[in-house]
Amino acid sequence: MKFALFLGCTIPARLNQYESSSRAVLEKLGVGLIDIREFNCCGYPLRNIDFKVFILSSARNLALAEKKNLNMMTLCKCCYGSLKKADYLMKENPSLQKEVNAILEKEGLKHEGRIEIKHLLAVLYKEVGLASIKEKIERPFKGLKIATHYGCHALRPSQVVGFDNPVSPSLFDQLVELTGAESIDWPMKLDCCGAPLLGVNDELSMDLTVKKLLDGKKSGADYLCAACPYCHIQFDTVQKMILSQRGMDHPLPSILYPQLLGLSMGIDKNLLGLNMNEISLKGIEELLSQ
Amino acid sequence: MFLSVSLYIALAIFGLSLIYKIFNWFRYKIGIGATEISTSTRFISALKGILSTIFSAKILILLKIFVLDVLFQLRILREDLLRWIMHIFIYGGFMLLLLMHALDKYITVALFDKYYSTINPFMFLRDLFGALVIFGVAIAIYRRFILKVPRLMTNAMDLYTIVLVAVIMLSGIFLEGTKIASYSDYKRMVDEYSGLSDAQELRALESYWVKEFGVVSPHIKAPFDEKLIEQGRQLHESSCAECHSKPQWAFTGYGVAKTIRRIALGIDRAHLPSVLWYIHVLACMVGLAYLPFSKMFHTFASALSLLANAVMEKGKSDPANVATRQAMELDACTHCGTCSLRCSVGVAFDEIRNINILPSEKIASIRALASNKRLSPEQLRDIQEGVYLCTNCYRCTVVCPVGVNLQDLWFNVRETLLQRGYPELLVLSPLSFYRGLMREETVLRDYQKPLIRAREAIAAECELMRTKEKALPLTPRDRKFQDGLNLSAQAKTFSVCFGCQTCTTVCPVVANYDHPQEALGLLPHQIMHACGLGIRDLAFGSNMLWDCLTCYQCQEQCPQGVCVTDVFYELKNLAVRYVRERTLSSMERT
Repeated sequence: MKFALFLGCTIPARLNQYESSSRAVLEKLGVGLIDIREFNCCGYPLRNIDFKVFILSSARNLALAEKKNLNMMTLCKCCYGSLKKADYLMKENPSLQKEVNAILEKEGLKHEGRIEIKHLLAVLYKEVGLASIKEKIERPFKGLKIATHYGCHALRPSQVVGFDNPVSPSLFDQLVELTGAESIDWPMKLDCCGAPLLGVNDELSMDLTVKKLLDGKKSGADYLCAACPYCHIQFDTVQKMILSQRGMDHPLPSILYPQLLGLSMGIDKNLLGLNMNEISLKGIEELLSQ
Repeated sequence: MFLSVSLYIALAIFGLSLIYKIFNWFRYKIGIGATEISTSTRFISALKGILSTIFSAKILILLKIFVLDVLFQLRILREDLLRWIMHIFIYGGFMLLLLMHALDKYITVALFDKYYSTINPFMFLRDLFGALVIFGVAIAIYRRFILKVPRLMTNAMDLYTIVLVAVIMLSGIFLEGTKIASYSDYKRMVDEYSGLSDAQELRALESYWVKEFGVVSPHIKAPFDEKLIEQGRQLHESSCAECHSKPQWAFTGYGVAKTIRRIALGIDRAHLPSVLWYIHVLACMVGLAYLPFSKMFHTFASALSLLANAVMEKGKSDPANVATRQAMELDACTHCGTCSLRCSVGVAFDEIRNINILPSEKIASIRALASNKRLSPEQLRDIQEGVYLCTNCYRCTVVCPVGVNLQDLWFNVRETLLQRGYPELLVLSPLSFYRGLMREETVLRDYQKPLIRAREAIAAECELMRTKEKALPLTPRDRKFQDGLNLSAQAKTFSVCFGCQTCTTVCPVVANYDHPQEALGLLPHQIMHACGLGIRDLAFGSNMLWDCLTCYQCQEQCPQGVCVTDVFYELKNLAVRYVRERTLSSMERT
């Protein structure tokens, strides 16, 4: 099982622990990762500005993977949503595809739509399978309550992304429960983290984040679990800013899913970049069974 | 005489230019952080910084970087083997020629007491080094004009550099070739060094040199008398060989001599060798005098950039030194195009023809900004767009062969430009995420200003939004606007909206406000309705559009299949284009 790993822009620049923990976990599960250096931005941040640039950016990445005959795996849900959307639109509209391919042709690339785009969580759930992951769990958690954060662009628009049931998804919860942790029910599970508006309207962005954090806490979660760099940075770096700006204490720390899974697989915490998170995760290791 | 006069003139110009350029490193202000630091403070801070680094353990880092990245240029090797070969050949060959050949009186003679430019190994090495440079330049031309590396731009400075190096090298090789074939040069050497006067002996020696060493003589041609040649060989051994190796060792020049042998006599009579000598010397002197203003200045600035960036740390280094380093980095850039090749958003240039999107081209614009050159509103707008159209992925900085911290340069420049108050609509996109994260860490003079200016610029174009009455005057349907919503098939779905308000009900942004219409203007279902009515002002002018999370809740829940979020995306695209053109006039007034 091999995938072209699509890291996007944010992870290499600001969230190295997501990359290192994902690589560590996937290596243990026998998933091969191919790096394609020529990959560029997925186009997500440019969707507000210019539709064509967005499509072209995504299409170039898809064509690069297609050229190597590899399915793509993303770690970022916004990359996932954008690549899926561009793929969908070009398959639906041959004249758009033709127009884009005319530009890609200059680099010897072409989008035909032959490859699949998958998010890390879907790869774990559908390709590796719960049973195979379970075999690798060495130290399951005991008494750990996790609030799963699905991330908008993985779930919606469901017609395009097909990640899981958009109204009552369970894929992420099942993956979390594999580690021995309890995935709690919480009302705002499927809501946005607020990240898309950070830098545009910070007050609004932080309002939405605070709502989610309070909801998660009220529902009894010890940690949030995310599998997207934007969501995680919002719950980690931005939560830290919120705590100081709004005079709040008692944070609800966020852990990246491969960090959580990695711990229960007995992977070294430095490899998982546990201490690179801004809001400390200390204490979580004590909940691992011996 | 000519040599020393031209050398002193060139050196004087070089020295003055160098001082001017270095002075600019302390004078140019890039970014908000630099504006309040005086040139003298920066100069003193630089001295302090350099001294404290040299007398600390960091000297080891400097040594390591000097050897690995400055001398052996491993950063280029990591990027691309062909480019490394190209550069190491040009730079290695050129440096060795400079030291061994151009400065032979000062360096080579001091090191080797038996130095003559006409004996081996010097004669061979000179040609070898020259061949390396020629080979390197050939790869450079191949990469730029035949291989056509993506987004590698060739500007006037790149051409000047390639042409200058080519002229120096080719004139040198042709000079050597014509001298090898030259009869007058042969005669001069015989007169000066051989001490022979017997006509028979002179004839024997000449025959030998014509036959074996490519001299073209007006008197002696093949076929040669065996005995005469043998005598010539002996004379050569006793009179010449000690100070003159076989010209074949000077393989490039010898190749030229063989090629031009049919016209060699004419060339010699026309004194072409001395013309070539003037060309060769003049080209070197022009190169030296103009060096501080040319791309070649990178030989100094790039090394400094690599060293400085290796020991400076973000957030820890003296802001005065950061300011100086950023000004210096503008000179360190070699316009090699690596950053543009690896740029995450470089592909946008295929669609938005703004050259400032490409990092390698931004540098020239930033140079113009830093030197306070007068720029037109269009140019400023393009630079601002170019530096904002960046995902802050740090790839440019990671791959830069000369270690320039490009990312911080963009960030600093864009803050300065944004603070000037020209509206930049890109601030209303997720490209601002990084700026939001950096809010507390960097000096952002007025964080909100660019965001407010962008929204004001949009509002200024949407007159109907300012009407306080509930009823609007009858407004004709803007067909052009409605037809513009056609980038994807989804956008047309606004027309099936039946106003059930589900989108507004499920919107987390709407839910965040007690009085959403005060904060957001029109709500999602109303914006769909505005599209239906074809009223552009209402569709573009609501804060709702720009405060949309793109979480797709509305679209997912819509019972009619209206792609609300996608319609929003297209409205934003159209508004950006519409408002961008119209804000130019307000920039002209500022």
